[in-house]
Parts: sequence; C-alpha cells; structure tokens
Amino acid sequence: MRYKPMVKQFVNLEWKQYFRSSYWQKNVLMNVFLLFFALYFIATFLILGVAMYPLLNKIYPESDPFVVFNGFLFYWILADLLLRFFFQKLPVMSVKPLLTLPVKRRAVINFVLGKSALSFFNFLPLFAFVPFSTMLIANDYPLIKILSWLLALILIVLIINFLNFIIESIASETELPFLPVILIAGGLYALNYFNIISLGDIIGNGLIALSESLYLLIVPAGALVVLYILNFRILKKKLYIDNSLQSKKSEAKTTNLEWTRKFGDIAPFMQLDIRLILRNKRSKSAIWMLVIGLLYGLFFYPNPLYLKWEWFFVFIGIFVTGIFLINFGQFIPAWDSSYYKLLMSQNIKYERYLKSKYSLMMMSVVLMFVLSIPYVFFGWKILLAHFAAAVYNIGVNTYVILWGGSYNRKKIELDQRAAFNFQGTGAVQWLIGIPLMLVPMAIFAIFHFTMGFQAGVIVIIGMGLTGIMFHQRLMKFITRKYMISKHKMIEAFSQAS
Amino acid sequence: MIVTENLSKAYGGVTVLHLPELSIPRGQSFGLVGNNGAGKTTFFSLLLDLIQPTTGYVTVNDIKVSESEDWKPFTSSFIDESFLIGYLTPEEYFYFIGDLRGRNKADVDRLLAEFEGFFHGEVLGKKKYLRDLSKGNQKKAGIVAALIGDPEVIILDEPFANLDPTTQIRLKKLLKTLTEDREITVLISSHDLMHVTEVCERIVVLDKGDVVKDLQTSEATLAELEQHFAG
Repeated sequence: MRYKPMVKQFVNLEWKQYFRSSYWQKNVLMNVFLLFFALYFIATFLILGVAMYPLLNKIYPESDPFVVFNGFLFYWILADLLLRFFFQKLPVMSVKPLLTLPVKRRAVINFVLGKSALSFFNFLPLFAFVPFSTMLIANDYPLIKILSWLLALILIVLIINFLNFIIESIASETELPFLPVILIAGGLYALNYFNIISLGDIIGNGLIALSESLYLLIVPAGALVVLYILNFRILKKKLYIDNSLQSKKSEAKTTNLEWTRKFGDIAPFMQLDIRLILRNKRSKSAIWMLVIGLLYGLFFYPNPLYLKWEWFFVFIGIFVTGIFLINFGQFIPAWDSSYYKLLMSQNIKYERYLKSKYSLMMMSVVLMFVLSIPYVFFGWKILLAHFAAAVYNIGVNTYVILWGGSYNRKKIELDQRAAFNFQGTGAVQWLIGIPLMLVPMAIFAIFHFTMGFQAGVIVIIGMGLTGIMFHQRLMKFITRKYMISKHKMIEAFSQAS
Repeated sequence: MIVTENLSKAYGGVTVLHLPELSIPRGQSFGLVGNNGAGKTTFFSLLLDLIQPTTGYVTVNDIKVSESEDWKPFTSSFIDESFLIGYLTPEEYFYFIGDLRGRNKADVDRLLAEFEGFFHGEVLGKKKYLRDLSKGNQKKAGIVAALIGDPEVIILDEPFANLDPTTQIRLKKLLKTLTEDREITVLISSHDLMHVTEVCERIVVLDKGDVVKDLQTSEATLAELEQHFAG
C-alpha cells in the first residue's frame, strides 16, 4: 500500500476547508479588504525599514543607529506580543474526524504548529528588518555581524509566535482572558519606563551581543525549541477526543431577570441576550471589553499633547460609549445562529427581535456615557464631546450595525470547545469597528477646523438626533432587509462552520 | 388545515421534493416515512418557511407561509437541536417559549407538571444547561416545548430517534391523546415503521421527493410498508 505524504493531505484539506466555506464565497469583499490592509502594512514597514537608517542618523546624530535601533526592539516585542494576542489565532484544523483515522497525532500537531510559522505576522517585521539590514551593510557594517543579527531577529519573531499561543492557551482558561495579558504587558512597560529594570537596554544589549558572536545564537534557538515543545505538549493534551466530546459540565446558575419585565414585550429577548452574554465564553469577553473601553480615555487624556487635540475627542467618545455596541452589535444576528431556526419558526415578529437588540445597545451607550462622566475632570469639552458621541452612537451607529447584521452569514458556535478553539475571534471583527469610529471623527474634525468646536459638537448631535427621529422608519427598513435575507441566513447558520 | 399547491423544491436543478397537491385536514395525525433523502425534512422546512419553495406554496389555515407570519401563533415544531437554546436551563427555555406564545410562568408550570412522567426526572430541576443534557433528554425538552401555548399544528421531525424505550412508549401515548378530540393536527416523520403505524392514522411514503403511497392506517399497513421498503 502506498500513502500520500501526510503533509500533502493536510494542505489539501485546509485548502478545501477555506475555499468551500460559504463564508469565503460570500465575503470576497471582506477578503479583498483584508488583502489591502495587509498590503498597506507591508508598504508601511518597507518604507520604515528603508527610512530608518537616515532617520535615526538625523534624530540621534551622536549615536550609532544600530545601537539606537536595538534599544527600541523591546517596544516592538511588547507591541507584537499584544497585537498577536488579539489578532493571531492558532491555525485551526478540524481534527476530530482525524482522530480515529490512522493518522499520527504527532503529524497533526506538527502540521498545525508548522503552519503557524508561515503566518503573516511572522513575515511582516521582516519587511522592515531586511531593508534596514541592507542599509546597514551598505553603510559599511560588517556583513557577518548584520546577518547574524538578522538571524537572531528571525528567531525572536518565531519565539514571539510560539510564546503567543502558550499565553493564549493559558489565558483562555481564565475568566478574564484579556486582563492578565494587559497587566503583564503594562507591568513590563512600567518596569522599563520607570527605570526599575531597564528591559529595553537588556534586550538591546542582548541583540548586540548576539550580533557579535554567532555561537550565542544557540540561546534564542534553544528558547525556540523549548517553546515549540511546550506548544506540542499543550496541543497533544487537547487532542484527546474526550476533551472535545465531553464538555465540562458546570452547574447551571439561574439568574433572576424579572426586572427586565419593565421593558414590556421585548423582555423575553432581553433576558435571553443577558443570559447569552453571561453564560457563553465567547460572548463574555464583551463585558470585559466594557472595562477596557471605559478606561480607554485614560490612555490619551492625561497626556497634555493629546489634550490639545480637540478634534480627536469624538473618536475617543465613540469608542468609550460605543464599545459594547460595536463588540456585541457586529455579531447580530450571529449570536443567535445556533438556534436561528427556532427563532424563525416561533411566534416572533422580526421587528420585536431587532427592537430588543436595539434597546440593549442603546442602554449600553447611555450607561457607558454615565460611567464616563468623571472624564469631565480633564475638561468640560471632553464631556461635551462624549455626549455628542453617545448621541451619535444611539442615532447612527446602532442602526448601521443592525443594518450590517443583515449581511451576516457567519455562524458563531457559542459552546464550542473543540480542540484548538482558544478565542475564536479574528482580525475581521476589529476592522468592522473602524468606519463606525472614523466617520464621525472625520465629520467632527472638518467642522471643528472650519467653524470651531461647538459647531462640530452640534453637527454630531444633530446627526444622532436625526437618526433617532427616524427611528420607526429606519427600523422598518432594517427589518425588511432581514426578512429578505432570512432564508440565506438560515442556510448559512445551519452549515457547520 | 395544510394544503400544498404545486409545491416543489429543487437544488441545482435536481428536484428533491414534489408535492403537487397534498392536503392534511384538521385533527389528523399524519406520518411521513421514507429513506434518507426522500424529502421529509425538506417538506417540514417548507411548512415552516425555513427554506423557499422552487415552485408553488404551502398554506396553513389558508395562510401562505412564505408571505405572512400569521401562521406562527398556532404552529409549533421541533425539527432538530437547532430548536434548542443551549445556554438555558430547560425551565428557562420553557418559560422563554411560553413568553413567546403568550403563556405566563404559572401556565407553563401547569403544563410541565403533566409531563413529569415523560421527563422521567431527568430534565427538570437538574441544574444543567440544555447543552449539557444527553441527546435523548434534549429531545424530550424540545418535544414538550413544542406543546406549549396550545398549538393547533405540531410538527415533529423524527421524534422517536434517540429516545429510550420507556420514553418511546410514553411519546406514542402522548401523540395519540393529542389528536383525540380532532382539534390538533400532528405531523411526524419517522424511520421506525412500527411506531408510525401505531401513532398515525394516515401515512405518506416519500421516495426521492415524490409521494409513492398514501395510506389510511389499518391492520395491513405495517406489512405493506415493510414490503415496500424491503423491495
């Protein structure tokens, strides 16, 4: 008997999984968008890589650009780790059907891990590092030294890659997956910033040392091997079928949500949504996003530089008051995808269903605005801008996101605990939020610069109020959109994702 | 009660269901049998407007299901697990369905009390979410939920599959009592010829989307069906 090589089989499976999914076929536009996004980053990094050498020479004429650059690498490592934590997921392969076939577990794991090394995230930094290295060599740095340095950087990229998966698998076990990572990253940053431990120097000097001696490359290479083995072990443990078959049976907590009765005929759906958010891993993160969103202003307002950027306030306001709206809203109606047939055949009018979603998002905006009132400490203009943003969120963004939901064709598996499913969120969900925040910011900025701050605020509030005034009509329009795509949604949601 | 008019469904030019005229009167217990791919679930999905017909239409109580939503208040169904909400406890699920059908907690509790035997102490008060119940217990919950709110049309796809023998017997009794006073129309599909002949007064056999037999159940029906499927 002759076997096709295993790797070839896997690649074949992956290929089919990708191109045969209804998601791909119906979301060519999104894929094109992602492609442009990738090209944009590649271009940015290339320019950065080429311009880095003359730039550093100009800003730090006294120092050696190579040394200065190495001093910055700590921040890159930190940023890369954070970015990957939110965007990069371990490439999933549907493994369950493979487990009973004569396929070695090792082969499956090695393929999954090996594939991750080919991630876009790993190539992106090279677009900056390679041109910078070329510039260094062109400027009479020893070739061997720079090549050895570049090799060290590639190893570090891979270390970050595999370190990230370990962090993710640990984080996914905890209740607040985002929090530990942000705390650790913030802690490291603070240690460096306040010069308690100068991590920037340590990493910078370490890399310079690596460039001096090829033998030292053993250290990062060893670290990489250790991380790979750790990843291998974690995955192997997850690869036993009882892990995916037998879900951990947590005792059901009943929650009393009688207070929602006040909201009349949308009460049952509100109860359902609240339970949905509280009881599913996937949606729980929306709550933690609330905290992050609320604190988001603190990244900017304490800094006097940003405090001068009044045109920017609305952006922060949209983010702070609309974080739940964006996070939760963009997956309407996919949150209900696993029982969509029930909703569509039960005694429910679409309008009521959508109205309850609208109310939930609207209430979150009001709540977030109230909670963000303390920002007035940084100036009354901030409060005003946040208020305008809240009105805009209610009057424009909620409708936009509900309308966008009628194009939603991707199922969400709320209770999926399959082998490699850590968080299940990808880059796409973050991209959707961008126009919702950038458009009001642009409009505000235009009026701010031509007619002043107040004019900008009035225009943003006016847009929001207009939307609220046409509430009935907009909801009717949106409901009709959902009715039209009802059958397509049912079909897409009943496909295995 | 239910009438199909030139109803057909095709995927990519291949007809998977063709029911030019099928009429199911009020109060009938109607059974659908057929091998895989015969079109049973397709028919139920068309009835519930979950898929669109290629030609024709279905009316329930003279309401075209694809044009109006007015059939929903008196129609209920359990087709598959996608009719359950995994993160609710069975009680919460029943109350939710009750809310949708205008029944308060007390009404639902009263109904549930009648089904204590049917649940066999395995569904209620277990502090478990529906997603953590076994397939059989999930099915019990789904079937009972379909009875909430006094529906006039009840559609159950493969209600006997995954049930233990005791529950199968109880379900048969339940289905028979439902149609006793000729008010409720019950539609079921099954692969179990014995069950379906016991429960249904009329049995339609589908084969590759066409009606090949339409029988009023009698003593001879089971033998006739067995012969048909053996051939």
